[in-house]
Amino acid sequence: MNNKDNYQSPDYYLLDDLLTEEHKLIRATTRSFLSAEVYPIIEQHAQNHTFPFHLVERFGSMGLLGPTTPIEYGGAGLDSISYGIMMQEIERVDSGMRSMASVQGSLVMFPILKYGSEEQKKYWLPLLASGKKLGCFGLTEPDHGSNPSGMTTHFKEEDEYYILNGSKMWITNAPLADVAVVWAKDSNGRIKGLLVERGMEGFSTPEIGHKWSLRASSTGELVFQDVRVPKKNQLPLADGLSAPLSCLDSARYGIAWGALGAAMDCYHTARTYALERIQFGKPIAGFQLVQKKLAEMITEITKGQLMVWRLGMLKNEGRATTAQISMAKRNSVETALTIAREARQILGGMGITGDFPIMRHMMNLESVITYEGTHDIHLLITGHDITGWNAFK
Amino acid sequence: MKILVCITHVPDTTSKISFKDNNTSFDSAGVQYIIGPYDEYALSRAVELKEQHGGSVTVLHVGTAEAEPTIRKALAIGADDAIRVNAVASDAFFVAKQIASVAQKNGYDLILMGRESIDFNGGMVHGMVAELLQMPCITPIMKLDIEGTTAKMSKEIEGGKEYVSCDLPFVAGCQEPIAEWKIPNMRGIMSARTKPLEVIEPSAVESTLVYTTYTLPPPKGACKMIDAANAGELWQLLRNEAKVI
Repeated sequence: MNNKDNYQSPDYYLLDDLLTEEHKLIRATTRSFLSAEVYPIIEQHAQNHTFPFHLVERFGSMGLLGPTTPIEYGGAGLDSISYGIMMQEIERVDSGMRSMASVQGSLVMFPILKYGSEEQKKYWLPLLASGKKLGCFGLTEPDHGSNPSGMTTHFKEEDEYYILNGSKMWITNAPLADVAVVWAKDSNGRIKGLLVERGMEGFSTPEIGHKWSLRASSTGELVFQDVRVPKKNQLPLADGLSAPLSCLDSARYGIAWGALGAAMDCYHTARTYALERIQFGKPIAGFQLVQKKLAEMITEITKGQLMVWRLGMLKNEGRATTAQISMAKRNSVETALTIAREARQILGGMGITGDFPIMRHMMNLESVITYEGTHDIHLLITGHDITGWNAFK
Repeated sequence: MKILVCITHVPDTTSKISFKDNNTSFDSAGVQYIIGPYDEYALSRAVELKEQHGGSVTVLHVGTAEAEPTIRKALAIGADDAIRVNAVASDAFFVAKQIASVAQKNGYDLILMGRESIDFNGGMVHGMVAELLQMPCITPIMKLDIEGTTAKMSKEIEGGKEYVSCDLPFVAGCQEPIAEWKIPNMRGIMSARTKPLEVIEPSAVESTLVYTTYTLPPPKGACKMIDAANAGELWQLLRNEAKVI
């Protein structure tokens, strides 16, 4: 098996000195696995618009799903920096694969761990950590994206069941998921979390096709028509919108690290190409306008690296705020998308082909800049935080 | 079954090699270190044998504390514990004496290592260890199975393969395809944190080897292209310029 990847992450400010030897081993290990089993097939899956489902269990056996989950529930009990490093390595390969891992770890395992009963944790977390089961997270609705509190999906009590009605949209992993963490209003209008399992009558997960983005990821809807969900499937500790929003904090943190991985791959590809491509008798890396692009890329990557490392340290200490996470998610994705576009220009016509990963990253990032809080909404979160004025509505 | 796997801590195969102190020592600045690739095959097979037959795998390294991340990786891959002999590995005999001393004290059924390191590429340590322990040495082995107290192996010889069996204990130098390299998983990395890593002081060995100077191989010469229609010119050049025919 070829598990050798000679790639070195950009490290202009010697930030590796801030990582432990264990962090570096986690990075090298994740990279070896991805370069052996994911990198060789990802472009074809993206071209074919297919999700490499067999990788879910492989990600699980490597420990890439919910790695911060305690060991007694099947996780690895690692810290937030380790989680960030993994997301960065995965997204260096493809945002769609990172989306799968983010959803499983931060949006399915995290709420079960934080808001679930002991029975739910003991049953679901080992299955999800090992990739034997796949999960998804239902918050966004067709008519309620940036305003999740307006959701209309709801349930009412009937004996030992909740009767669930409504639908969710743009749900990563939905078409193949064994379990969905669904956020819905009870008869008092309070938002609660329910574990809806595949096979429950009235529950369907139609796939959303024809995407030009995250083509190697499976996206769908969740449709509930009088689904009878046993009461024991309610997350007992989740009450109100703050519960799903706390999950988003965890996932957005992973995206903040992850998007920089995509940026690094675009930078690495563009720099390598610019050093090899000869025009007017010298490598195009020797021309000022190309250097400007590359120099700006490494500057923005370095700033982003510093930001996410510090955010990770704050998260390890339990001090990272929602607003800080929003700022990092927004900054990293914007950085990555700008770098992808500039890198594409350096590669000229070659940049639009599947022989290089840039166009795939660029198209993927168009989703990443929108999901988990849009670019504009994150700006308003920062605005609210620094002024005290709510400009959402 | 108690298995000892001896690992080296060597520059990554893609490292740029340079020297310092007037070409008398290796310049390790900016160099990434890895488990010696042949040693990693030995380790991978040892972990598989432990999974099949039970027992334990101990990793041994002769070197300074800088190698501890490499040792931790070996623990993450599946070794149970590790020993580091705290000394600069000055030459093959010094290293062999340290390994033999640990093996004599602890007693192992199988002592595995790579067929050679990839820094000095001496390929001598396994033979020396076996001699010091009065055990057989088999190298380079490409297949290793254990049946009771006997090992069945195949090894590479000129123009073919040789099939060998040997009673335990013995010393072996390993190479691919004895096993596939194992990528540790995150739980393995976590558990490596708490696995025992014993640091012991070296036994006294008088080193008789001094490295006087290192030189890099000469840079590759330019490639001369000769037209296919001009095969005669190629013959002339090989005979008169390269002087190889």
